[in-house]
Amino acid sequence: MKTTLPGTLTAAFIIAGKDLRSELRRRTALVSAVVFAALILAIFNFARDPTSLRADQLAPSAFWITCAFAAVTALSRAFAVELEHGALDGLLLAPVAREALFLGKFIGNLVFVLVVEGITLPLFVLFFNVNLNGALPGITLVALLATVGFVAVGTVFSALTARVRFNELMLPVLLLPFLVPPIMAAVQVTSRLLAGRPLLEQAAWLKILGVYDVVFLTLCAMIFPALVDE
Amino acid sequence: MPPFRPVVVFRNGPLVSPAVTLSANPPILLRATDLRRSFGERVVLAGVSLSLADGETIAVTGPNGVGKTTLLRILAGLLRPSAGQVMLDGVPVRTADPASRATIGLLSHRAMLYDDLTLQENLEFAARLHGLPDPRRVARDALDQVELLSRSGDSPRTLSRGLIQRAALARALLHAPRLLLLDEPFTGLDSAAAERLKSLLAARRPAGLGTIIVTHQLHEAREIATRVLALQGGAIGSIAA
Repeated sequence: MKTTLPGTLTAAFIIAGKDLRSELRRRTALVSAVVFAALILAIFNFARDPTSLRADQLAPSAFWITCAFAAVTALSRAFAVELEHGALDGLLLAPVAREALFLGKFIGNLVFVLVVEGITLPLFVLFFNVNLNGALPGITLVALLATVGFVAVGTVFSALTARVRFNELMLPVLLLPFLVPPIMAAVQVTSRLLAGRPLLEQAAWLKILGVYDVVFLTLCAMIFPALVDE
Repeated sequence: MPPFRPVVVFRNGPLVSPAVTLSANPPILLRATDLRRSFGERVVLAGVSLSLADGETIAVTGPNGVGKTTLLRILAGLLRPSAGQVMLDGVPVRTADPASRATIGLLSHRAMLYDDLTLQENLEFAARLHGLPDPRRVARDALDQVELLSRSGDSPRTLSRGLIQRAALARALLHAPRLLLLDEPFTGLDSAAAERLKSLLAARRPAGLGTIIVTHQLHEAREIATRVLALQGGAIGSIAA
């Protein structure tokens, strides 16, 4: 049989497509992440004393903490599905580079987390009565930059902890420290954008996010093959 | 059923393949040299060597827990041996180009299928990763080969143990691998499916495709293999006829 082996990017999209199709059919991770996000936003909102803390002061932190925790719940499933019937062996035996496997899982997780954030944003506007005005393009950009970085790290830790006992506990413990830089930058930028400051003023924070993405995406792609090989 | 007591002739060094039907000296497809593997203090493989020529079918037998599955996973490149080397087409299997993995098909204890996809989707996914032309047709043909076409739209979670085994076989055979590694392939199969599998394996030999079967059923092994090896005490030897 004449075969044309898929290149790294093609293989990555095949794997990501499989993951997204599985998730669309199952919906458990999506529903649980969105419910979890709504719950945290509600708690933040109702726990706030409106006389001492304005909504717009708390809103950016609440939004990004919510997104980070919702992402962790989603990422914990990323490799669990590959272990259910030994499907990971099938992926490892496929004639594609290990980097393609990382990229595929990364793209699948990225789309998934961006969807969760996209659903969380209207809830955030609703709960905190935030006026996005012209801030939406800027918030979209910062969400994309922040999410790329922490999903890359999350994909690697998800692979690392998938075969470990109590992996639901291990993943957040390992991942959360790595989420501090992108979440901190995202909170800063979001806060200023909501205050009506222009996006161009936030170039320094955006650069930090960009560097974080490049460094960790590269590092994760390099580390990943060693993690999945026994 | 009598207990498993093979007559084993142990040999040092790599086992030389006997003549096979293809030619006097068919090329060596796979050569494993002095494989050792321990899990902690427990030594599972203590210097296993074997070679497989094109068109040959080797059966590796032995009682439960003797290391047959470990050996198969090492041969597939899924598990790193503590020492020793596996060469596939003259290239170390662990460091070979990813494309060389297209040579290998594996049926393991686990089906390597996703519950959230149908059988057709599972096989199409595997076909795409192997770069096969027309993945939809290839998946249908593979399901047809194991008589599962009527269940192509079903999820693996709805299938019985035997049907799952057939689906896993379809996945392993999908890309007509030159080297097929089968771990207890007859488990869960009814007699008709077992006969079908035997004829599928028999058809591989004239095509020059190599097969290694790991099983604890000696009579099945004798029936389909060109050579039967026994794994005991971490070492391997050929079984006297």
